[in-house]
Amino acid sequence: MPAVAKISTSRRGEAGRAGDDIRSDLHVSFEERGSGGIEIGLRSRVELYYGEVIRRQVRDVLRTLGVEHALIEIVDEGALPFVIAARIEAAVRRAGLAQVKRALPDAVTLAAPSQRDRLRRSRLYLPGNEPKYFVNAGLHGPDAVILDLEDSVHYAEKDAARLLVRYALRAVDFGGAERMVRINQLPLGLTDLEEIVPQSPDLILIPKVETAEQVCHVVGAIDVIAKQTSVARPIWLMPILESALGIENAFAIATVSDRIAAITIGLEDYTADLGVAKTAGGSESLYARQRVVNAAHAAHMQAIDSVYGDVADTEGLLHWGEASRAMGFEGMGCIHPVQIEIIHRAFAPEPNELEKALKIVAAYEDAQARGLGVVSLGSKMIDAPVVQRALKLVARARKMGIVADPSSAGEPS
Amino acid sequence: MSAGVATGLITNAAGRRVPTHVNGREAAPYRGVNQHRSTGNKARPPIRSSSDYPTNGDKRIPDLETALRLCGLRDGMTISNHHHLRNGDRVALTALQTAARMGAKDLVWFPSASFPCHEPVIDLMKSGAVHHIEGSMNGPLGDYCSHGHMRGLGVLRSHGGRWQAVQDGEVHIDIAVIAAPTADYFGNADGSHGPSACGSLGFALADSVYADHVIVVTDNLVPFPCIPWQIQGNNVDYVVEVDSIGDPSMIVSGTTQITRSPDRLRISELVARFLRDSGIMRDGFSFQAGAGGIALAFVDYLAGMMKQANVKANFVRGGSTKYLVDLLNAGLIGYILDGQTFDLDAVHSIASNPRHVATSPFTSYNFHGKGNFASMIDAAVLGATEVDVNFNANVVTHSDGRLLHGIGGWQNCLFAGCTILAVPSFRDRIPVIVDEVTTVTGPGELIDIVATERGIAINPRRQDLFDAVKGKGLPIRPIEELQAEVEKICGGKPAKPRLLDRPVAVVKWVDGTILDTVWQVVDDNPYAPKVSVGE
Repeated sequence: MPAVAKISTSRRGEAGRAGDDIRSDLHVSFEERGSGGIEIGLRSRVELYYGEVIRRQVRDVLRTLGVEHALIEIVDEGALPFVIAARIEAAVRRAGLAQVKRALPDAVTLAAPSQRDRLRRSRLYLPGNEPKYFVNAGLHGPDAVILDLEDSVHYAEKDAARLLVRYALRAVDFGGAERMVRINQLPLGLTDLEEIVPQSPDLILIPKVETAEQVCHVVGAIDVIAKQTSVARPIWLMPILESALGIENAFAIATVSDRIAAITIGLEDYTADLGVAKTAGGSESLYARQRVVNAAHAAHMQAIDSVYGDVADTEGLLHWGEASRAMGFEGMGCIHPVQIEIIHRAFAPEPNELEKALKIVAAYEDAQARGLGVVSLGSKMIDAPVVQRALKLVARARKMGIVADPSSAGEPS
Repeated sequence: MSAGVATGLITNAAGRRVPTHVNGREAAPYRGVNQHRSTGNKARPPIRSSSDYPTNGDKRIPDLETALRLCGLRDGMTISNHHHLRNGDRVALTALQTAARMGAKDLVWFPSASFPCHEPVIDLMKSGAVHHIEGSMNGPLGDYCSHGHMRGLGVLRSHGGRWQAVQDGEVHIDIAVIAAPTADYFGNADGSHGPSACGSLGFALADSVYADHVIVVTDNLVPFPCIPWQIQGNNVDYVVEVDSIGDPSMIVSGTTQITRSPDRLRISELVARFLRDSGIMRDGFSFQAGAGGIALAFVDYLAGMMKQANVKANFVRGGSTKYLVDLLNAGLIGYILDGQTFDLDAVHSIASNPRHVATSPFTSYNFHGKGNFASMIDAAVLGATEVDVNFNANVVTHSDGRLLHGIGGWQNCLFAGCTILAVPSFRDRIPVIVDEVTTVTGPGELIDIVATERGIAINPRRQDLFDAVKGKGLPIRPIEELQAEVEKICGGKPAKPRLLDRPVAVVKWVDGTILDTVWQVVDDNPYAPKVSVGE
């Protein structure tokens, strides 16, 4: 177990937050007792509607955690059931109990497993200890959500966030979004894996990767846990390169495991490492970004860009995204749902570009059908690499729903 | 007298149990949309003679107490006020407190709406000066009424219903006290200028015409004539000058803010897309939107879509804000027909732009008008605290039964061509779509669309709207499916809070019949959610 601030010898534990400005969370104060069964003190915004349901859930969770005698006091700000379970378990664990047993809510049905090369234009960051953002995140239509255990979570809350994310992976329907988790830097990240991997995340982001060995540690840990817990769905990896050394080792990192589906860059840390300012133009990180693109393509995987930090500046985001696509990136991060649609627009092909590609693809298919080795459009012969680029572009446009996919009746996004 | 004001109870056409008598008068039960007709002549004020008024037109009186005395203030009178100064109002409370100090008892307060600044009226009810309130109650006043402390039954009416009640003679206003941001000594008054400028004074128009006595209170007396005037001096008995009628910072907001909540933005965008994709957004169309966070964001999204499609609206009814004013100035809308003016930009606009026009509940909402604007609107976007699977909606009480909001123009706006409720699918953990609403404020047959962040439900009565958006990629879903999905997230159906079998207020329909009853609440829940429909 990691060092946790609130463990005490008297077997008390607290977790979560309550207060006038808190919504969809709760504060749990737990104290083990020697006898007397479970005593529950509950003050809830939704007492009139769900008071009895909450009390029943508290008893169920404690029973599953193996707690028979305790005083548990809850101030609830309208938290959903998976949050209540996560906070109770965090408080019980902080009391030094329930190290093994897991109190899990019913699992939701998951979308189909992730393909290695699925669309990853937008990935929406969700702070791992802020439950109120979880439940509707998938509605905004990101290609992926990232439940973040790293920079958005205070060090003292790492353990609680880890539990909350575990419960969210199990109980929250993120729709068609790929379920990603950003773990902490190693070695703390290995502890995260113990809770996260059994819930079949689709992809794990590993922060501050500098060497291939670091990825090996993660791959090894995932293999062991996945085997122990019979996780059958694929778990992809996306190393985040955020230092000069990481950038230098980009290709070695990308090729160290076939679990790696993409590599990405973290510009805040990278520019800090260089000791330079991060600018809107991004000239200070041009080399690093190009290096990531090249390494990713050399390793036959996606290159994914960093985030654009100014939520209010939608124009700036669009320009950044368009430039990013032009460089060879296939997506970037979002820190607010309003960025999703703009990013999808930025990473969509230009209409004239698409029109041309469609003509080339049609000519190519025609040539294939007629058994011709040479593709020509009008009087012009089309070079093979041009055909390849057009095929890639049309395939991506189909995934984005911009071009009707002949093989499915998918609704445009 | 206790709340023994509601004698028998019968079941009305909405299937709700309602009192047969309200505050000693017989009251007709709701009979269905457009099923009730009042007959006879409209109520009328007493005949006055100009020879009884100063020939030089100067109707100034040194203070409000003198004016009230000259109006013949006595026990049991009905005193009316208006909410155009919103939470910054100082006039209503001063009028009631002055009347109380003069020894008046058992007054009926008839505000067009009450605000948290009116909380001290509770003390006047406790002391016996005020008997009960006929008007919207929320915050502390709502709690006082919800807990059964008010001696009479509360009567909640829409803005249009307030005008109807006056014309029906259901409410007889003895003294109307009108707060005026600008007035002359003759009593002409207007809201678009002055240190307490608030925009339209439309809520006070009925009172100025029908009350026995009319007092105008102003902190900005200008030389005759006050131009423009919305209140005609010819209807005014007395003019009282005071230092301040209100707190300008609470009257209008400096800037109205669009919501930043991702979920609310999504709802707003879905509503705008619905109007575009259904073809309601077309050249010359009209819509109504308020000043809540969702409504503002909706206007913003719609404006972008109008620009892109090169479509212009003929007129917009509001709830005017900077956002509507910007559209007016950009030529995207022809006129703002303004019912209430919410921010400084809108106040400046109504004062200077001839296409930004002050309207009133008479032009827009009154059931006894020879038509009204509300039914001429193509689409209205409204909020609600709850909506049921039959599209009946609640806007006055929270799910726990406490009074939470006034009806405002909400009921009247239901007559728009397409009525859209834009609501989150749950607040805190409490589902918004329920089996049966706590208080029916609007009948489901008038509510066409429920738009939530999880999808849009179309009322099965509106097959035309289903057809209009078919294949357009909108997330159209049965309302029962949205309900089931949210109940799964929230951990089952919420329990129904127990309410006492004792009416504390009634909800009137636009025609004056009783649509539903508000019952006394049992539980004090100090952790009650902070819900606002406007948000």
